[in-house]
Amino acid sequence: MEAVHDHSHDHHVPTGIMRYVTTTNHKDIGSLYLWFSFMMFLVGGVMALVIRAELFQPGLQVVQPEFFNQMTTLHGLVMVFGAIMPAFVGFANWQIPMMIGAPDMAFPRMNNWSFWLLPPAGMLLLGSLLAPGGAGGVGWTMYAPLTIQQGMGMDMMIFAIHILGMSSIMGSINIITTILNMRAPGMTMMKMPLFVWTWLITAYLLVASMPVLAGAVTMTLTDRHFGTHFFNAAGGGDPVLYQHIFWFFGHPEVYIIAIPAFGVISEVIPTFSRKPLFGYPSMVYATGSIAILSFLVWAHHMYTVGMPVEAQLYYMFATMLIAIPTGVKVFNWVATMWKGSMSFETPMLFAQGFLFLFTIGGFTGLVLAVTPIDIQLHDTYYVVAHFHYVMVAGALFAAFAGVYYWLPKWIGKMYDEKLGKIHFWLSLTFFNITFFVQHFLGLAGMPRRIPDYALQFADWNMVSSIGAFGFGLSQVFFLYILLKAIRSGEKAPEKPWDGATTLEWTHLPTPAPYHSFETPPDLRN
Amino acid sequence: MMVFTSIQSTLGGSMKSSVGVRAFGIIMALLPAVAMAEWNLSFTPVVTILGEEIQAVHNLVMWIIVGISIVVFGAMFWSILKHRKSVGHKAANFHENTTIEIIWTVIPVVILIAMAFPATRLLLATRDSTASDMTIKATGYQWRWGYEYIDEGVKFYSTLATPRNQIDGVAEKGDTYLLEVDNPVVVPVGKKVRILTTANDVIHSWSVPGLAVKQDAIPGFIRDIAFKAEKVGTFRGQCTELCGKEHGFMPIVVEVVSEEDYEVWMQAKLAESGAPSFDPNKNFSVAELVATGEQVYNANCVACHQEGGLGMPPTFPAIKGGKIATGSMDGHLDIILNGSSKNPMMAAWGPILSDYDIAAVIAYQRNEINSNGDIIQPREISAARAN
Repeated sequence: MEAVHDHSHDHHVPTGIMRYVTTTNHKDIGSLYLWFSFMMFLVGGVMALVIRAELFQPGLQVVQPEFFNQMTTLHGLVMVFGAIMPAFVGFANWQIPMMIGAPDMAFPRMNNWSFWLLPPAGMLLLGSLLAPGGAGGVGWTMYAPLTIQQGMGMDMMIFAIHILGMSSIMGSINIITTILNMRAPGMTMMKMPLFVWTWLITAYLLVASMPVLAGAVTMTLTDRHFGTHFFNAAGGGDPVLYQHIFWFFGHPEVYIIAIPAFGVISEVIPTFSRKPLFGYPSMVYATGSIAILSFLVWAHHMYTVGMPVEAQLYYMFATMLIAIPTGVKVFNWVATMWKGSMSFETPMLFAQGFLFLFTIGGFTGLVLAVTPIDIQLHDTYYVVAHFHYVMVAGALFAAFAGVYYWLPKWIGKMYDEKLGKIHFWLSLTFFNITFFVQHFLGLAGMPRRIPDYALQFADWNMVSSIGAFGFGLSQVFFLYILLKAIRSGEKAPEKPWDGATTLEWTHLPTPAPYHSFETPPDLRN
Repeated sequence: MMVFTSIQSTLGGSMKSSVGVRAFGIIMALLPAVAMAEWNLSFTPVVTILGEEIQAVHNLVMWIIVGISIVVFGAMFWSILKHRKSVGHKAANFHENTTIEIIWTVIPVVILIAMAFPATRLLLATRDSTASDMTIKATGYQWRWGYEYIDEGVKFYSTLATPRNQIDGVAEKGDTYLLEVDNPVVVPVGKKVRILTTANDVIHSWSVPGLAVKQDAIPGFIRDIAFKAEKVGTFRGQCTELCGKEHGFMPIVVEVVSEEDYEVWMQAKLAESGAPSFDPNKNFSVAELVATGEQVYNANCVACHQEGGLGMPPTFPAIKGGKIATGSMDGHLDIILNGSSKNPMMAAWGPILSDYDIAAVIAYQRNEINSNGDIIQPREISAARAN
């Protein structure tokens, strides 16, 4: 009878593709987010390789300048909105309910819609390449009034951003509601895993900043088609207004990408150090301080627009302040490792790679915080190198750490440890070959977003391009490792990481059942 | 470099089909770039005192970073080596220490305050553009710079001088590839020069690393920046704000010369701007105009409308067989003088090109690219402008 009951209970669940189209299950939706983001990551990666192929040598060899500009624009938008953000929302969907002892997300149907908005947005974004005149060649920052000159590809990009913004806002509301209302009894706020804390803070950042971006691109749209002059000085507007609005979104966006990465790292390092996270409360407060400060420093992206010197001084001091909570986080991670009993499986390797390279990205951030130095380096490859240390070695390496860490829980199978380690060392090596040398290019004065360059920049560009192709191939290797684990991975032990302490490892079997925590665990003791 | 090229051509000539030789040829073709390489690790040398101070503060910050790195990465790698399971280290269980947490919050605060003092002093100095000796207005156009010496009223445009065939890889690239212009900015040494920046279409940015200046040029607004070069020399920079298709191809060249040389140059410029550029009574022949027109076309039109006027539809329409270049002369002149009302990419060339150049480029487009057989005389363009 039991078996029959189970069978009939499952019967109404659609199978095949309709299972995923109609799913309201946080695990299915988490997987959808992760696969979507990985596909976009490969697409954005190919765009990066087009850029690096053109920059391999001086002269124009591979693409024309306008297509080059479209590639830099779409590479940025695809990686930020299509790859990194959905990847961490995927982690949030899989992990938050399991880590707080909840059966699912608070709004499962809205969760479905949050995801299924992404494919149309992605199609609009990539489809803009096929529009007459191609995609907008304006950079991911989409500064006015260059945006006014673009073809209808620009409008497609604007609508894509609207849809992505809606998706993010709904996802964030879902995450906030889940975390605030659905914790198991006894899981007080200050007992939540740090990953959950970081996502709670990130979700607030998203709710506050995405509408601002939507406003900026909508004003661009009306300037383009409906005769407004928000960003046109001839009509009483101001092109710099666009930059203020964009970066009021754009700087929190940096932390929207970085803070969930901090969360993953704060789970991985204690597990593999077999020691509790050092300074849990200060980690929470530091993350909160970073989030608040992120709304107060936006104009440090635009020191060359000619703002009053008093404003530049304020933004310089406020920017320097961010170094303090960021420093606290790095010190806490090192203190967590200190006198631990560390082992270096692939998730821990990526976490160490994160710690080392993100800190370097923080150091160059300190250099750029000093306004007179920033003005020299503004819009040069130094800035490109800086934010790729934060975005790639920061967010992407943390996402790799998270995938290797939680994959056994998700699929019940182990990845190939040896291949995982090779993936790490390849990524680490090629990442630095690609991006470390770009610091030198920037210091020597090579501007960003140029398809061709003076001969004095030839050497490091060639090195960087070689590194980029190596890095790209390493990520195809990652796809192979994933598929191998899913198809023929060894069965995962119940608790593959002996140092793990969060609920998904201590209270759930491996792999996690389709419906988990139908009755919440009681953690009051 | 010459040697590599000749080896390549010798080998390529004798054994054309071999893959190995082709690979060798590719490697050899790349070598000139590597041989020319400079492997720069830091800033370009600067000739302004403020620039030197900026680099000094940068070096100070770098030393602070080296110090912090030694402590943080030292602790990190020490614990990676010593506190690992494989060497039998047992995990401690501490997870809090208020004293140390206060210490590592206070120390960064102290370091940042120490950094803030020189940074503030330097920022105030770099933003001081008062008491300048002369003023030049730099206007960004897609894609060239226009300069106006405010006191003397001298105006000129400064366009990329690198020939297209170097960019396309047909000709060997010169030493100042992409960093050379037809009319450089000339300033006297030891004078404080104030640059006013603005733009005609989209945002550009006026940047010369060797003078340690960078200032956005924003359409509808005027911003300023100042520098005082302590040594003579030629300083090269580029537009540093994405301004569309040819963003990578609008360099800035500043020649710092002695005061006497500057006076000579200025007198020559003044004389040039007073003299008429053509004889208004002369009837120019088709051949004369087409010859100049080809140069004007290659300097100003070819980036969008392409070689032979093939264009890149739909944004950049073809001139060969195009409606305007084969249509009425009035319509042709109008779009060149005033730009297109439908396509914002077609700028108004009236303010940029001389009457003679406009007549020449029209002649080139209607007689060389197309074969309409009609021309317009330069004086007729002066008349059209007057209307």
